[in-house]
Amino acid sequence: MSEEIIKNIIVKENEDYIINMGPQHPSTHGVLRLEVCLQGETVKYIVPHVGYIHRGIEKMCEANTYPQIIHLTDRMDYLSAHMNNEAVCLCVENAMQVEVPERVKYVRTILAELNRLASHQLWWSAFGMDLGALTTFFYGLRDRELILDIFEESFGSRLLHSFNTPGGLMHDIHPNFQKRTKDFIAYFREKLPEYDQLLTGNIIFQQRTKGIGLLSREKAIAYGVTGPSGRGSGFSCDLRKHAPYSAYDKVQFNEIVYTEGDTFARYNVRMDEMRESLNIIEQLIDNIPSDGHTAKMKPIIKLPAGEFFQRVETARGELAVYIVSDGNKTPYRIKFRSPNFSNLFVMNELAAGGKIADLIAISGSLDLVIPDIDR
Amino acid sequence: MQKQELTDFLKGLFPEAEFPENTQLPEMVVPAEKLHNTANLLKSDKNLAFDYLISLTAVDYLKNMTVVYHLESTQFRHVLVLKTVLNDRENPVVETVSDIWPTVEPHENEVFDLFGIRFNNHPMPRRLFLTDDYGFPLRKDFQDEVNIIERK
Repeated sequence: MSEEIIKNIIVKENEDYIINMGPQHPSTHGVLRLEVCLQGETVKYIVPHVGYIHRGIEKMCEANTYPQIIHLTDRMDYLSAHMNNEAVCLCVENAMQVEVPERVKYVRTILAELNRLASHQLWWSAFGMDLGALTTFFYGLRDRELILDIFEESFGSRLLHSFNTPGGLMHDIHPNFQKRTKDFIAYFREKLPEYDQLLTGNIIFQQRTKGIGLLSREKAIAYGVTGPSGRGSGFSCDLRKHAPYSAYDKVQFNEIVYTEGDTFARYNVRMDEMRESLNIIEQLIDNIPSDGHTAKMKPIIKLPAGEFFQRVETARGELAVYIVSDGNKTPYRIKFRSPNFSNLFVMNELAAGGKIADLIAISGSLDLVIPDIDR
Repeated sequence: MQKQELTDFLKGLFPEAEFPENTQLPEMVVPAEKLHNTANLLKSDKNLAFDYLISLTAVDYLKNMTVVYHLESTQFRHVLVLKTVLNDRENPVVETVSDIWPTVEPHENEVFDLFGIRFNNHPMPRRLFLTDDYGFPLRKDFQDEVNIIERK
């Protein structure tokens, strides 16, 4: 972690200020420090400083077995805990050439979409609050609570699930799971138009987001910006479409792509994705097959020697797991390509030249989760 | 392009590269001094068009350091694993590719931070997560008696 590096990069003029935004700042949603060079109210240059919650997860994984690693992946992007678990499980299953039961694929897909909904709801709440619309926080958290209750009933934890295990699920879903999920879909379909009335159509909100933080498609690809942030720039990068895993090849859904590339487009992608998630769950929830919740696995999981790569779409973009195995029960090297890591470092492209108030809107629209960057 | 087709095409384009067999994804190993030219061609060739770098990382094999690039073409949707082997494990140096894929800049900082691999001509060389006097923790011979407790 370097203390101050912006002065080595740009020429500082007399009226320029260099200030630190963070590490403790409400709009960074975690411990992130942005070193910002300001000319009056205009942002000249930004350097993000990360590492305040670096826990060395990749190093820890080298000493842990694969079922143990699952529990560490929760702690990266805690709002996409299920997808993180799933990524490691899929990688291990592919490497061992285990075919998981259909039931597992269906339940994983439903849970991933519920998790995506919960994540987008929290993002919507916090994004509104960042821009001064406090009510969104109450609306979003009220509805998110219902998803967390479903999670709690089914696997005992609300945020960090660790419900997946190589070969399937820890245990079967709760008997109430299907009914409660269907109740939630009916409830949330009615609530989503309220979200639009409250924030999307708000003229102050639109003025603060339209045309702010422009990112072209070419830049999005060059900087590796994936997930809703990339799709807001017209970069078609939804891995559920392009490299389907679990039960995504069995459902009909649209990939949401907006081409404007501004903060409002990134906002709209997430709002539309919530509706698509509801559609996906609706198609699967009544057809869950009943062929068991886990495949037959050996008591000690060893991967064959070789290299394995698996990509999944989390709520924030592309998570890739790269395992180098030497045939032991622990990985020789494991790498997590986290979506937020690449998304963060496009910040200077987006915010330089704009006002400092827009920086808040831009960092909110990227939907950063800091533990995922530091790992 | 499918895996076999892609490998055959690359073999014609890069005669000096090695192509390991029986891998999950198509792989190509190039010498470190050819890396920058190879990367340039991989992106600019219109039949390959690897414009999206998914991830960059390194692996310490004790006898050498290997830098691993995962590339994808957003146009053709094919994926390639590009590798380069650095035999000088104590002072590994490789050319940066941040002028080709800008996303790689923080990834290279991270690899320097955790492995001690230096990237020539990097626009902003710095340690990303750790303090300047910390070692390189993802090297296999790294020892930290205070913070890392060895499991018996």
